[in-house]
Amino acid sequence: MTAVATEVATGTVTLAKALNLGLDAALAADPRVVLMGEDIGQLGGVFRVTDGLQERYGADRVVDTPLGESGIVGTAIGLAMRGYRPVCEIQFDGFVYPAFDQIVSQLAKLHFRSRGRVRMPVTIRIPYGGGIGAVEHHSESPEAYFVHTAGLKVVSCATPADAHVMVQQAVASDDPVVLLEPKRRYWDKGELTPVQESLWQARVVRPGTDCTLLAYGPMVRTCLDAATASELDLEVVDLRSLSPLDLDTVVQSVRRTGRCVVVHEASRTLGTGAELAARLTEELFYELEAPVLRVTGFDLPYPPARMEEHHLPDLDRVLHAVDRAMGF
Amino acid sequence: MTLSSLDPSLALPPDPSLVQLLTPDGRRVTHPDYADGLSADDVRGLYRDLVLSRRIDAEGTALTRQGELGLWAPLVGQEAAQVGAGRAMRPQDMAFPTYREHGLAWTRGVDPVSLLGLFRGGDHGGWDPAEHGFALYAIVLGAQTLHAVGYAMGAVRDGAVGREDGTAVLACFGDGASSQGDVNEALVWAGVQRSPVVFLCQNNQWGISTPTSAQTRTPLYHRAEGFGFPGVRVDGNDVLATYAVVRDALDRARRGDGPTLVEAWTYRVGPHTTSDDPGRYRPADEVESWRARDPLARVRLLLEREGTGPEFFAEVDAEADDLAARIRKACVEMPDPDPLEAFDHVFVEQTPELVRQRDEHAAYLAGFDA
Ligand SMILES: Cc1ncc(C[n+]2csc(CCOP(=O)(O)OP(=O)(O)O)c2C)c(N)n1
Ligand SMILES: [Mg+2]
Repeated sequence: MTAVATEVATGTVTLAKALNLGLDAALAADPRVVLMGEDIGQLGGVFRVTDGLQERYGADRVVDTPLGESGIVGTAIGLAMRGYRPVCEIQFDGFVYPAFDQIVSQLAKLHFRSRGRVRMPVTIRIPYGGGIGAVEHHSESPEAYFVHTAGLKVVSCATPADAHVMVQQAVASDDPVVLLEPKRRYWDKGELTPVQESLWQARVVRPGTDCTLLAYGPMVRTCLDAATASELDLEVVDLRSLSPLDLDTVVQSVRRTGRCVVVHEASRTLGTGAELAARLTEELFYELEAPVLRVTGFDLPYPPARMEEHHLPDLDRVLHAVDRAMGF
Repeated sequence: MTLSSLDPSLALPPDPSLVQLLTPDGRRVTHPDYADGLSADDVRGLYRDLVLSRRIDAEGTALTRQGELGLWAPLVGQEAAQVGAGRAMRPQDMAFPTYREHGLAWTRGVDPVSLLGLFRGGDHGGWDPAEHGFALYAIVLGAQTLHAVGYAMGAVRDGAVGREDGTAVLACFGDGASSQGDVNEALVWAGVQRSPVVFLCQNNQWGISTPTSAQTRTPLYHRAEGFGFPGVRVDGNDVLATYAVVRDALDRARRGDGPTLVEAWTYRVGPHTTSDDPGRYRPADEVESWRARDPLARVRLLLEREGTGPEFFAEVDAEADDLAARIRKACVEMPDPDPLEAFDHVFVEQTPELVRQRDEHAAYLAGFDA
């Protein structure tokens, strides 16, 4: 994949700034990279992820689009057919659905339909997830729709270091990539260290022996906090890529610990946790000490902000599930 | 042409066909097609609505600053567009608002306190749409315009359209939302079906940081022609003109003569929301030039010139103070949502799985008490 070398900046920055630096590097590396989205130019995006980039690269490469998500993704497809490498910003998770047809029926299928002749090096960046006290449609976790769509790759970053590199890898990918950015972690700071893994690999971020916590995006930190608080020796795996899933890393971890809790903000039914539970059961039926448990958002439309602390998995709910897993 | 020729500073040319009945300095002017036909009492009523709407809005912003609300979408500057349109509606009519329609909500009898729930994070809309003829706020841009057309299709099938006391539907959207597919589909459907819908586009010149010139190269109301129905641009800071134009359009709709696109030419004086910093993208003198076209000041000038005494204005101000106090009190006293009740509102017919999840969460919560 990597037609473009990924730039590694150094220093301690917020996750939003890390993305900004990554996009900056991607724009600098390849003149065919074009950013497009609502308010991404002069405003720098509502989260300032594209701050300063229009000034640096011009309005042809950092494009303030008319307000229409179907238009953003649909025209990105056309640009890709013309050899460009578009990076679409969807302003908030809940606003990706007007582009759903373009993503699911068009973007995801063109390579397949053309029997490999057409490439779709399109990145769709989506700030996602809750925990910021927002009004409705600003806190959703739509990953399952995209993971379920054959022909799309779906990844999520949890730290500034990963954000910085993963966004560049996503842009460099010749396949369409949905990059889910954990918006409540945009202001988390971290050091920009080199990243060893490919875009599609999971990472054990905290080794442990008693139980594996599988998470991605915003829930990685939640799980690390839970592991720190627990008297048990918990292993935390950051999945990083949801499609493709790095089953090797996941299976190796759960084989060691014998127990697994999957944590995500998205609703439970047919979420990522369901797929992981199925795969782990297939691979490790005799080695599992407990059923794979899930800590997720409930099967509710995203609730009002003053209820989200109930809806979203937190340290207590994660540890509660770990206790249940240990009780088997 | 390059993409960068979508220059944000490119202003649309001024349009001489802007309908105005009251100038910014408070003088009445006539228009060949429109007259408000309002009495002095009616105008005082509109003035009261304008002042109270502005006060509701100011409280929303203040409560956000104080941390009582998570966010607020200020309407300041757009009071006349909303009050004029709202008062042109009849009780049987239905409005489909965006998220900024606090003045319109006021005219539909929605308690301002129930607007706060959504911004406080207590609920997703605290009023009954059927009771007020005012749908829930729509945050996903443009979606509500299709709902408006569908509602109108129902009204037609019910035989509630095609007479002087028929039903009409108001579909609100912004200049930014005009680029959405849903809005364009709504315009197509309404045009083809001659639906009893008035599309009210409040062109407040900005969609967050995106100027209207980045959404359209033609005045928005001109688009109506392509969809097969009339469009008109009204001075949205002129409550009399907005009232007259929207009333005419609604009456046309209720009689069965089809849709109209009304572009209310106005300005978002405040930030997009309380989280926005407009200083990053628009010049302060632009805001100042629009403040000179304030929608409230001109009505007050007119009333004063025509003999309304200071007691009236003092009364309205006192009423606004009382309303503000009531809003503040009710806001801070608003209870947080019951986390278990939410499970009962997903479906009409409850499912075993949701009962399971609710019970599981109840047991989990009970564990903290034990
Ligand atoms: C489908 C969708 N995309 C993006 C957004 C984010 N967003 C909220 S308001 C807004 C600007 C809307 O501008 P306009 O329609 O002119 O209405 P105004 O805010 O000026 O009242 C944007 C981009 C959204 N709410 N829905
Ligand atoms: Mg606008």
